[in-house]
Amino acid sequence: MGVSRRDALRLGLGTAALGVLSACALDTSGAPGGVGSGGLVFYSTQLSTTEEAESVRRQILAGFGQPVQFTADPSTTKMLDRVRAEARAGTSNLALIGALQGEHATLWKEGLLRDMTDVVESLGDRGFTSRYLDLARFDGRYAFVPWISASYLMAARREALEFLPAGADLQALTYAQLLDWTRAIQQATGSARFGLPAGENGLLKRFLQGYAYPSFTGGVNTTFASPEAVGMWAWLRQIWDTANPQSVTYGFMQEPLLTGEVWVAWDHAVRLVDALQTRPDDIVSFPAPTGPRGLGYLPVLGGLSIPKAVADPQPSIDLIRHLTDPARVSTTLRTVAWFPPQDLAAIPGGLPPGVGQEAETLQRMVGTPGAVASSLAVGLGGQSGAYDKVFTDTFRGIVLDAGDVRGTLATQAAALQGVLDTAQARCWAPDPLGEGVCRVG
Amino acid sequence: MRRVLAYGAAVLLAGWILVPIWFVVVGAFSTADSVYSYPLAAWPDWSLESMRFFVTSAGVPQALLSSVVVALLTGVLTLLLAAPAGYALARFVFPGASAYRLTVLATRAFPVVVLSIPLAVFFLQWGIYDTVWGVAFMHTALALPFVVLMVAGVFAGVPVDIEEAAQIFGCSRVGAFRRAVVPNAAPGLAAAGTFAVLLSYNEVFAASILTLQEPTLPVFVLTGLTQAPLPFRYAGALFLLAPAFLFILLIRKRLIGVGGPTLR
Amino acid sequence: MSVRRSLPYLLLVPSVAYLLIFFASPMVQAVGLAFTSTTGEWGLSSLSAMVSDDRFWPAVWTTVILLVVLLPIQLALALVMSMIVTGRLRGKGFWLYVFLLPLGVSELGAGILWYSIFVEQGWLNTVLQAVGIVDRPVLWLDYREPWRVIGTIVVAEAWRSTSLLVIILVGGLRAIPRDYLEAADVFHAGQWQRMRHVVLPMLRPTIRTALIVRVVLAFEVFATVIALGGTATDTLATQANRAYTEFQDAHLASAYGLVILVVSLVAVGIVLAALPTHKERGE
Repeated sequence: MGVSRRDALRLGLGTAALGVLSACALDTSGAPGGVGSGGLVFYSTQLSTTEEAESVRRQILAGFGQPVQFTADPSTTKMLDRVRAEARAGTSNLALIGALQGEHATLWKEGLLRDMTDVVESLGDRGFTSRYLDLARFDGRYAFVPWISASYLMAARREALEFLPAGADLQALTYAQLLDWTRAIQQATGSARFGLPAGENGLLKRFLQGYAYPSFTGGVNTTFASPEAVGMWAWLRQIWDTANPQSVTYGFMQEPLLTGEVWVAWDHAVRLVDALQTRPDDIVSFPAPTGPRGLGYLPVLGGLSIPKAVADPQPSIDLIRHLTDPARVSTTLRTVAWFPPQDLAAIPGGLPPGVGQEAETLQRMVGTPGAVASSLAVGLGGQSGAYDKVFTDTFRGIVLDAGDVRGTLATQAAALQGVLDTAQARCWAPDPLGEGVCRVG
Repeated sequence: MRRVLAYGAAVLLAGWILVPIWFVVVGAFSTADSVYSYPLAAWPDWSLESMRFFVTSAGVPQALLSSVVVALLTGVLTLLLAAPAGYALARFVFPGASAYRLTVLATRAFPVVVLSIPLAVFFLQWGIYDTVWGVAFMHTALALPFVVLMVAGVFAGVPVDIEEAAQIFGCSRVGAFRRAVVPNAAPGLAAAGTFAVLLSYNEVFAASILTLQEPTLPVFVLTGLTQAPLPFRYAGALFLLAPAFLFILLIRKRLIGVGGPTLR
Repeated sequence: MSVRRSLPYLLLVPSVAYLLIFFASPMVQAVGLAFTSTTGEWGLSSLSAMVSDDRFWPAVWTTVILLVVLLPIQLALALVMSMIVTGRLRGKGFWLYVFLLPLGVSELGAGILWYSIFVEQGWLNTVLQAVGIVDRPVLWLDYREPWRVIGTIVVAEAWRSTSLLVIILVGGLRAIPRDYLEAADVFHAGQWQRMRHVVLPMLRPTIRTALIVRVVLAFEVFATVIALGGTATDTLATQANRAYTEFQDAHLASAYGLVILVVSLVAVGIVLAALPTHKERGE
């Protein structure tokens, strides 16, 4: 009968294909990093876009002795779930994890990582800057090896520059000048052309935590509901009126910058570099603005770690050596625009235009007198999601829903304190460091 | 007059479906510059740069093969499991039929997202983690509740008289099923199977949790695609669509069938 | 006789066993999560945290609106499409192929596609400006106009997921014995009368199935909503997803999951009540 024949055909097809697939899986002739090559599994939450992953597979991993399977997925939760599930099941498919400092902190707190102190010490010749080494240490031991770093900056289209307020220096703006600027653009063009990554995968929360709060109030948790914070939110409301409402869908600002829907944007360096590289003459980068309390900024650190469950860590350690050696670091910088946690001057070879611009901007930002480096939240463990939620909810309540500033801050401050209490977290930069659970102010 | 209306409606609806797909084609075959400009061009530049990136990406052929195999396995498995249940629901009236329906649906009403860790642990422990069979099993579980309902509806649509007639003519119950019901239900079964196949092909969340070295194509492409530059999104989307469109092309004859069942 | 009595139950065993293996334990665990707080105590704290969240009721509201608006539109579209495909028009194979194409588009893919259509510098505005209907791009995805955004989601979802209904309805239409239709012709019934008195009643179980499947699937849709509505539009599904992936709060996610479960079952119940089961032994 027609149906059973078709079913049989399908079953046959399926089995045959399965056979072919198994043969493929056993064939390791794919490029290093190819699928199913059966080599070391390098799982990363960074470098996950199709282009970056391809660069990693073809260029950065090239030259490593063994086949490496590079799998990248930006979802923190998926990575945590995977490592937790493997620990619970007693298996270890993952040989190497690439993740952000905060993600490592969570893993470390749950006891899922191998102590990397010996590896870091053996890599003394790599010249990691001490600031980054500090970030890699939890409870005095190294949880990961510093690998890539970035920060957040701003970018603008050339058309926007003619509207800069008189006397303003693009490379040294204040938040007030930024507002005047975007207002001028709106008045002249009739369209709101400022942009913030307020979308689902956007990093707006980092803007609030590492840029806006420190620059306006000098702290983040301890000054959460302070009078200066009220002023900051008022400013944010005003500049949001000059922002393209599609910002709630923007995850990566480079795209709206390229299409012209946004003329002035703030975002992670890696999420702007495409715009700078594609149109180096039309789009410029510049440092984040300065506020009443200085120029708050957030350095981001990504590192390499090994799950505790891995039986033989030596191949993973070899891979780490490979990834952190100077030639590879230079390739990484050039292809995916992540900066090494080392002294930039030591990088051999020149920098391509987009990356070069960013490097200059970042150095200018860091070198500004009054620059305040924040740290990503430390010690929150599983509460980091709840911590971010407070900021997202506050933004929602005050800016999107145009709610009462003081009332929302009061409610969210209570929620924030709840999160800090649950995590038993101490204050971190830019708040004054100290003992005891951080108190929300 | 009615004929003209009918054709008009058909053309309008077809246009509505095809135009967005045309946009994807334009985007996929245009240069990055064109894609970022406004107003957009209605015709592609016929640049292959974006598509080439996908076709030559390391790991794409294997991922595609994985997806196809998993999808076909899912289709077969789901139909095999759903057929008996569908028949029972269609032909018998028994206490617990509604309870069964609702319970089975309830498994799908709960978001899979929340079940990630327990499922991953389960698969790891049973050794089917990161295998084609593992993903197929998961997809079958995801498609089963719907396919059961669809198959029940299909069988219900075939009048009992046909089966009874076959039995009068000497077939056993099973024989009557095979000879009388199945051929008439074939298009409906093909439809249900197609649903399962395509659900599996496009499924990305469970597949990404349950695979590591053997990703399916959507996992491979989509996880990076949401953050990829615009031209790549078009190319990636087209790349994902193509096999599915091919499948639908191949299967549509089955879906139309030979015409309704007769009482003869 | 006892074999006959137990036959239906025996036939149910494979599917029940299969689903139990995969879903029983994880679901029990997940539901358990909904009833514990983040610090591990039993109670309703996760559920009450969810309900007192500012975004909870807007999410419920949006979910319901989307469902209530989409379902009739999709059912009507699907009926027309399946009639075209099973009717007497020429080129049936072509129409069927086209109408089924969206089935091959994943949710994420559809979200990306429709975003590129509705975005300010996107396809819709290009077409509208070219034709002269507007002289500057319209902000379709402006969250300050919630109905506009919902409209875009409705269009995108109608495009993406009507094909499923079509495939179910076509299967059902095809199963209607020719003899019944021919009988109607013998009595000189017109197309419309044939529709109403022969086809639609026989199609009832199929329509019910189609609605149930569509309703349950509708509650899990979030890719399109996120793509078009961004972080300013919430449905129960986006909230559940966000709770888990962004806020890493499995308890909150489970709480939302529980609500989705209950609401879906209620919706299914409504469909079943509206289209009651006739004894499905043929009519």
